[in-house]
Amino acid sequence: MTTVEARSLPMTRTTPFDPPAELAQLPPISRLLYPDGHVGWLVTGHALAKEVLADKRFSSRFELRRFPISRGGEPFKPQGAQPGFFIGMDAPEHTRLRKLLTGQFTVRRMRQLEPRIEEITQARIEAMRAHGSPVDLVQEFALPIPSLVICELLGVDYADRDEFQTQTARLLDLELKQSETLAARDAVNEFMLDLVAQKRRKPADDIMSGLVQHDDLTDDELAGMGFLLLVAGHETTANMLGLGTMALLHDRTQWDALRADPSLVENAVEELLRYLTIVHFGTVRTAIADVPLGDVVVRAGDAVSISLPAANRDPSRFEEPDKLDLHRPTQGHLTFGHGIHQCLGQQLARIEMRIGYCALIDAFPNLRLAVEESAIPMRTRMAIYGVHRLPVEW
Amino acid sequence: MKAEANREVCIGAGMCVLTAPTCYDQDDDGTVVVLRAEVAPGDEQAVRDAADSCPSGAITFVE
Repeated sequence: MTTVEARSLPMTRTTPFDPPAELAQLPPISRLLYPDGHVGWLVTGHALAKEVLADKRFSSRFELRRFPISRGGEPFKPQGAQPGFFIGMDAPEHTRLRKLLTGQFTVRRMRQLEPRIEEITQARIEAMRAHGSPVDLVQEFALPIPSLVICELLGVDYADRDEFQTQTARLLDLELKQSETLAARDAVNEFMLDLVAQKRRKPADDIMSGLVQHDDLTDDELAGMGFLLLVAGHETTANMLGLGTMALLHDRTQWDALRADPSLVENAVEELLRYLTIVHFGTVRTAIADVPLGDVVVRAGDAVSISLPAANRDPSRFEEPDKLDLHRPTQGHLTFGHGIHQCLGQQLARIEMRIGYCALIDAFPNLRLAVEESAIPMRTRMAIYGVHRLPVEW
Repeated sequence: MKAEANREVCIGAGMCVLTAPTCYDQDDDGTVVVLRAEVAPGDEQAVRDAADSCPSGAITFVE
């Protein structure tokens, strides 16, 4: 057996849309050096990524989780999931909580929301017109749309957005130390506990009011679930709207193709999801048994990072994977994950993107960047990739 | 081809409803239901894709 030196996770991007080039040079599974000195694994192959994510011998429990990159220059210390935060739990704890929410996010329920999402989106188009060209697409369009939608769904007052948007931005900021992100977490938790109390006093027609009816959920669990939905519900789609628009403007033929044929939008959304894969690291599992994987054996206790961007650009699954092609078959991309933790809000995200891109193209067919592409600040040091700002003009 | 689903392992992601809507739906709790077990010849690839993309392995079929 040959010994291969473990390397830390490649993080340097040379273009705005492509993952670090070194990832493509790696075998489907390779050794990875974690910041705390642990030598675990990195999966970059599509088939193996799917296998790990679907196998319950790879645990999602946060108390076991090692992070592949440091936070604020320090190794991340495993920290148990707060109550209700079910992405950091395994079955059956995970399943008990997730099942209470799946009925709220079905394909049918999400389609019923379409007219309201259209309204919200059109109001943002009007806000852009009122502001005038040029405008920061992130502030006026990409961030408000999913934030407004998730606030309405949960029953959060949108006027309180500064509070949770500032704190969630801190949660995702890799330059902050773990102690600082924990303080941000506590602040969002306080905010959600207040919301739970408010919904108990005065229930309305929203998800949090529905959840407080469950006697077997504690206030801390309710707050944790609300926290998860709030964070997952706006930063992700917001970055897809911002970065996706930038990608379409970068390759104007794609923008024009979508403009000429709006029926292309469903596949366009899937292809942008695949091509951009904004959850660019941090999908980590911990082996709780020895598991043969490809041509290696992962030992119990080993950390396994799954690079979703690399898996989505695996040439054995997607032809010419580095090309953005709105017409290509996109079946099987792993942007929403795989296995029991696959994104609960994915149908909502799809609709927000479909409506968002179409509205933008329809309202501003000649939209273009207002600055050089190289001047766009990229979110390379955030847990969710994207653009910090996107100045556009028309 | 016969479309099948295991409601016990379903996590309600909805991929089957998007991919093979003639054969699969979700109930009010989000759990999969088989709408039509006998798969029309034109829908066979959609059912294969639904099984491939099902995150929890709930979607299966018999050729």
